[in-house]
Amino acid sequence: MPTFPFSAIVAQDEMRQALLIAAVDPSIGGVLVFGDRGTGKSTAIRALAALLPPMRAVVGCPYNCDPDSPAESCPHCASLPGTRRKSEKKPVPVVDLPLGATEDRVVGTLDLERALGAGVKAFEPGLLARANRGFLYIDEVNLLEDHLVDLLLDVAASGVNTVEREGLSLRHPAKFVLVGSGNPEEGELRPQLLDRFGLACEVTTPQDIATRIAVVRARDAYERDPEGFCAARAGDETAIRKTILLARERLPHLNVPDSALERAAQLCLALGTDGLRGELTLMRTARALAALDGAESVTDDHIRRVAPAALRHRLRRNPLDESGSTARVERALAEVFS
Amino acid sequence: MSGRGASGAKPAAVALPLSRPSLTRGPPSPAEGGGKAEAPQNIWPDALRAARLLATDPHGFGGAVLRAGPGPVRERWLDTLRAMLPPGTPWRRLPPGIGDDSLLGGLDLAATLAAGRPVARAGLLAQANGGLIVVPMAERLPPGIAARLAGALDTGTASESPARFGLVLLDEGEGDETVADALADRLAFRIDLTGLGVAECDTPAVATDIDPGDPEADPLGTLCRLAEALGVASLRGPILAGRVARTLAAEEPVGTDAITAAARLVLAPRATRLPVPEEAMPEEAEAPPPPPAEDGPPEDTTDPAPADAAQDRVLESVRAAIPAKLLDQLLAGGVRLSAAKAGRVGQPAAARTGRPIGSRRGDPRRGRLDLLATLRAAAPWQALRRAAGETRPIVVRRDDLRIRILRQRTETTTVFCVDASGSAALERLAEAKGAVELLLAEAYVRRDRVALVAFRGAGAELVLPPTRSLTRAKRGLSGLPGGGGTPLAAGIDAALSVALGVRRSGSRPVIVLLTDGRANVARSGEGGRARAGAEALQAARALRAAGMPALVIDTGARGEGARAVADAMAARYLVLPRADAGLLSAAVRAAL
Repeated sequence: MPTFPFSAIVAQDEMRQALLIAAVDPSIGGVLVFGDRGTGKSTAIRALAALLPPMRAVVGCPYNCDPDSPAESCPHCASLPGTRRKSEKKPVPVVDLPLGATEDRVVGTLDLERALGAGVKAFEPGLLARANRGFLYIDEVNLLEDHLVDLLLDVAASGVNTVEREGLSLRHPAKFVLVGSGNPEEGELRPQLLDRFGLACEVTTPQDIATRIAVVRARDAYERDPEGFCAARAGDETAIRKTILLARERLPHLNVPDSALERAAQLCLALGTDGLRGELTLMRTARALAALDGAESVTDDHIRRVAPAALRHRLRRNPLDESGSTARVERALAEVFS
Repeated sequence: MSGRGASGAKPAAVALPLSRPSLTRGPPSPAEGGGKAEAPQNIWPDALRAARLLATDPHGFGGAVLRAGPGPVRERWLDTLRAMLPPGTPWRRLPPGIGDDSLLGGLDLAATLAAGRPVARAGLLAQANGGLIVVPMAERLPPGIAARLAGALDTGTASESPARFGLVLLDEGEGDETVADALADRLAFRIDLTGLGVAECDTPAVATDIDPGDPEADPLGTLCRLAEALGVASLRGPILAGRVARTLAAEEPVGTDAITAAARLVLAPRATRLPVPEEAMPEEAEAPPPPPAEDGPPEDTTDPAPADAAQDRVLESVRAAIPAKLLDQLLAGGVRLSAAKAGRVGQPAAARTGRPIGSRRGDPRRGRLDLLATLRAAAPWQALRRAAGETRPIVVRRDDLRIRILRQRTETTTVFCVDASGSAALERLAEAKGAVELLLAEAYVRRDRVALVAFRGAGAELVLPPTRSLTRAKRGLSGLPGGGGTPLAAGIDAALSVALGVRRSGSRPVIVLLTDGRANVARSGEGGRARAGAEALQAARALRAAGMPALVIDTGARGEGARAVADAMAARYLVLPRADAGLLSAAVRAAL
């Protein structure tokens, strides 16, 4: 059954924008989606991955290495003879990390089969290896054990998984876009961890009947005839794919004027965010959005559009402040851009 | 009253503990019978219809949550369902504490070690492809397993092999214990057979085929509007209902009767509010707005009356199928969202994180392999094992495998039990609320949880179920009223029951009781200081018998009553007549 097409997702504009931005610039540091159940979070992420063009990867490499990347960075590719590595086309991976996954399964561990069967010390790659160059999706990230979240964010930030356990010692590439989702009513992430996610968006079940009916109708049409439904949207999908690819090309050449940097700094000051990560992410996100728009340089408008997603999870908590973080960002935006 | 056997017969089916505290919201509702719920004679036929539907396409409908105590009624439904499945359809039972390898498939450890080469086996999910998995005690399903089941339901695969199964979640929860929402939301049916007698299940198999009724112009739109009217937030509700309606109607166009039946089966059990009756809808009557896509027959657009009338009829029928309990709760002043228990965190038995404190024999896929200990265990036997032409350098058997024992810091859940009675109530409540929020703000770092029980008037209520969410806490605490008598015994009972639940889920409960100790309402809800005082002491002793750590904060000026209560429950005792939120949270922190 083909995946539900990205272009057929109704509403949830902020989440779609955040995912597209992450697809254009994976270095932004992942997307956190907080909100109700049944709002199409996992549908959207699977749809996005299916939409991306297949990537070239070294044949047989458990880390999906790019054949043009330096071979030394990957334990598998470094062991291959010769300089030219054979490559094949692979779909962009989306790896699910289930709650209650063990550390072994996430980072990889001693290959028990080979250790016990053949007496060979070998590494069995984990989920991080499979997610390299793709997406790692964690539903209910707020319920994930803290040490695992710590580990994931660390790997996501460095792009390298370092394994030192059971007598194994190796490093392998693990660059992926981390997508977490959850419902804040069931527990919250620690602020330190929140801060590591590049973007945070809030999704809610659509409240107006028309949108709700549109969602249900689209889903129903898809379930009745998946192939036909996807074929009808093939054009839209291609258009989005082209936009992403163009934006990726344009990204390194985009001009970020000093005025935009100043705006970003003013905003972060007004909100009292800790550290410089807020400014950095805001600037990168605005640049990715400008690239998606096909603009020449980053403007105030881009900053204004991405500020809530880039900043709302970095505000210092005040348990007795009643107003939500989105409202606080909006207030600061109104002040700075007045 | 005669038609309402359902809630009256409840104690017969579920063995309740003797001193089950009342956790009702406010006074016992006078609404016994006020709900216009239909007699239980409709429960069993509806359950049978759900079974029939589920048997036709287990994966498509996701499955059913079956809430009922163990007994002949539940068995009969399961037997009926099983008999309806085509012969040869897989039917599996999920064993409690199942590991990843048996669930998703993986290495057969014993066979692998014996053969010296990897031997794979299919997991339970893949074995159940095309059939059903029965999950006993689903309300206590660990979140990890629930997440894997939900993931497999979404993708139809488990470890890359097809696993298109349906689930039957057997929910034996009492009171607030319910199945994880993340899972229940994906299943079409919720069947509550609690309190149903065997005699009531003797209805011969009803005709489940539906006369399609008048063709309906916009079935999905109607279901969406119904879902909205019933307060069903998740869109999976109307999507699943649409699927049910189409299956029931068997052919296009889907008729009104099929929609009614689908709404009864799928939407009614998810209702969180009562549909507003037509006449009670004031000017803001936008509840049924015109459908956005006007692709219906022309007479539908010119004269909306027939469509509205049809929708009302559907709504009336659905209303009758809303669980009686929901009606009672609504009439008693608001429904408690069952989402409260959705995200239960922490598995006590198998700690996967923490400090290693040794190793024990075990399966390395359920813990971390302790390589040194494994080799040490295998070493003495090498000479013996190598005898018969063995080529492997080291022969390890399953019995040699050692895994690390990890000790995890268990999280603490502070159960506040607050006296909300009398004149000082407002102030005291405000301070308790402040303390809860301060503690929660710290819980970001400490990963602890907080719950709050308030007692006043005739009984106690659970204002805030155990949570670590500030969002939830703020909402739960904002509308907490004060005033009235002091039902201290009921308050302690309620706090104890919450604390026992917390302990069952593997975390460490601490009760903090804020009161002046002057009880004047007995458990029965009647006044009388002497009896109320004696009962309060009795409840306090029950707390001590349960070994529950407690802290009593005396908010009274003279402080005799609270002291006695504290002694009876062997609790720490603090006098803080002018407790403010900061002091209070500091005192609690010091006592933990």
